[in-house]
Amino acid sequence: MYPYIANTPKDEKEMLKRIGVESIDELFADIPKDLRLNRELDLKTAMTEAEVTRHMNELGKKNCTNEYVSFVGGGVYDRHIPSVVDHVISRSEFYTAYTPYQPEISQGTLQVIFEYQSLITNLTGLDVSNASLYDGASALAEAAFLAVDKTRNKEIIVPDNIHPNTMRVVETYLRFKNIDLVVIPTSEKGTFKKTALEEKISKNTAGVIVQNPNFYGLVEDEIEEIVKLTHENKALLIMSVDPITLGVLKSPGEYGADIAVGDGQSLGNGLNYGGPYLGFMAATNKLIRKMPGRIAGQTVDKDGKRGFVLTLQTREQHIRRGKATSNICTNQALNALAASVYLVALGKKGIQEVANQSAQKAHYLYQQILEKTDFKPVFDHPFFMEFAIQSDRSATDVKSELLKEGFLGGIELEQCNAKFKNGLLVAVTEKRTKEEMDQFVQVLEGLK
Amino acid sequence: MSERYYTKKHEWVLVDGKEATIGISDYAQDQLGDIVFIELPDVDDEFEKEEDFGVVESVKAASDLYMPISGKVIEVNEDLEDAPELVNEDALSNWMIKVEVTSPDEVEELLTEAEYKDFIEEE
Repeated sequence: MYPYIANTPKDEKEMLKRIGVESIDELFADIPKDLRLNRELDLKTAMTEAEVTRHMNELGKKNCTNEYVSFVGGGVYDRHIPSVVDHVISRSEFYTAYTPYQPEISQGTLQVIFEYQSLITNLTGLDVSNASLYDGASALAEAAFLAVDKTRNKEIIVPDNIHPNTMRVVETYLRFKNIDLVVIPTSEKGTFKKTALEEKISKNTAGVIVQNPNFYGLVEDEIEEIVKLTHENKALLIMSVDPITLGVLKSPGEYGADIAVGDGQSLGNGLNYGGPYLGFMAATNKLIRKMPGRIAGQTVDKDGKRGFVLTLQTREQHIRRGKATSNICTNQALNALAASVYLVALGKKGIQEVANQSAQKAHYLYQQILEKTDFKPVFDHPFFMEFAIQSDRSATDVKSELLKEGFLGGIELEQCNAKFKNGLLVAVTEKRTKEEMDQFVQVLEGLK
Repeated sequence: MSERYYTKKHEWVLVDGKEATIGISDYAQDQLGDIVFIELPDVDDEFEKEEDFGVVESVKAASDLYMPISGKVIEVNEDLEDAPELVNEDALSNWMIKVEVTSPDEVEELLTEAEYKDFIEEE
């Protein structure tokens, strides 16, 4: 009758009697009647195993998997994942492991975290990395907390060209800590406007956020000046970056940023229908004590053999508690492992190759679109591997025409900002072929 | 240099003209246990009396440091960054910050050494 619940109706009765109530419903007496469901849940009757298999298969068929060619980006990219990544992360030692509550007994898990951290510090050019966070958006919000905690100021300045979804997450996180989020306008070119920062920055500023490449795919060209201005005001500079682009672009460390964050999906993680991904965070040494999450370290045991420890445990659970910068208790271990295997498999040259190929292919597609179709660029500024175009037709129309031909067309910019009428944000990764791009252009040509 | 004054939050302060040196009491370091990290403010930071200016982290807990008097930080004991255990060894000579006092009258409100001894005996 109750295959998975140990308590029989008789047990239930005895328990209720012991605590002096008549029914389970009585336990919810504190909840006002009008807030209760007051009926049974609308659940289907039990299915047999064969029926469940058939049902799940039908649900599964609704997913589109490989039949569409993706030109969608906006922080999450359809990249080639070497098969070694899945091979390693599918090992049950990693796949089934839970967060190391007794950390030093899980040497393999700690080593993975340590190596992941080492790779992230290499990539970002900063001193320390934590064990990873939920995703890029919450990592940026956590970086804002870190800046507030370090500077004791309560104001974060952000340009309106970061990812709009990320902006929403940051707004939500900051609102409940009474931190002011000052959004500054971007330039006509779509880039960070230094003069807008000059107007707003003051000694009350805790941190300044720069996303590079920004949401429109454009490469920011005034980062040095922004870093200088931020530091003159004793605020921290937070860079939100795409890890793949760091194979080519100057790293946050080289720019003099204090904190670097981003989404690590691009590093060996699938699209996963929106998650799970991982957020990464790296910072300068002087912020190590205030970093959210945990940090693994390498040491030697009493016999001098290499071993790993949790050098800084999740701060809110131990010692710091209410004084911790963040309440994040976890990390995205399996996703971080995928990122590590990916980075190691590709190596320094491989990452450069992925970044270069993506950029070259994106520029090829961009040129073809401008030459052969009515589409015009939305911005006149160098981009990396993602660009915005527009025409007389609505982006919704354009996307549905592309979908008919098997293409996921991109992101409708108008939904993010009404001023970019009919704007379509198109991303190109190293995975796209010349044929795919030429066909994509043909569909756009056909729209004339 | 004048007498050493204390607060009920277990900080001590030595006032010398416009300059005050601040640390934590021997009783405080003993209660905290092994200190593993001390977070101190930056030079030029300004604090009101009773405002928290840093955190002492021991193997047991993290505790805020409160200003005995209002002032602007003029010097931070950087030795404590790498060797926070110095405070366990000698809490009275290993000071944390030096400040420029902004309201010298506030000293009147602090506990004398004898008053502080009585206070911790009651605790």
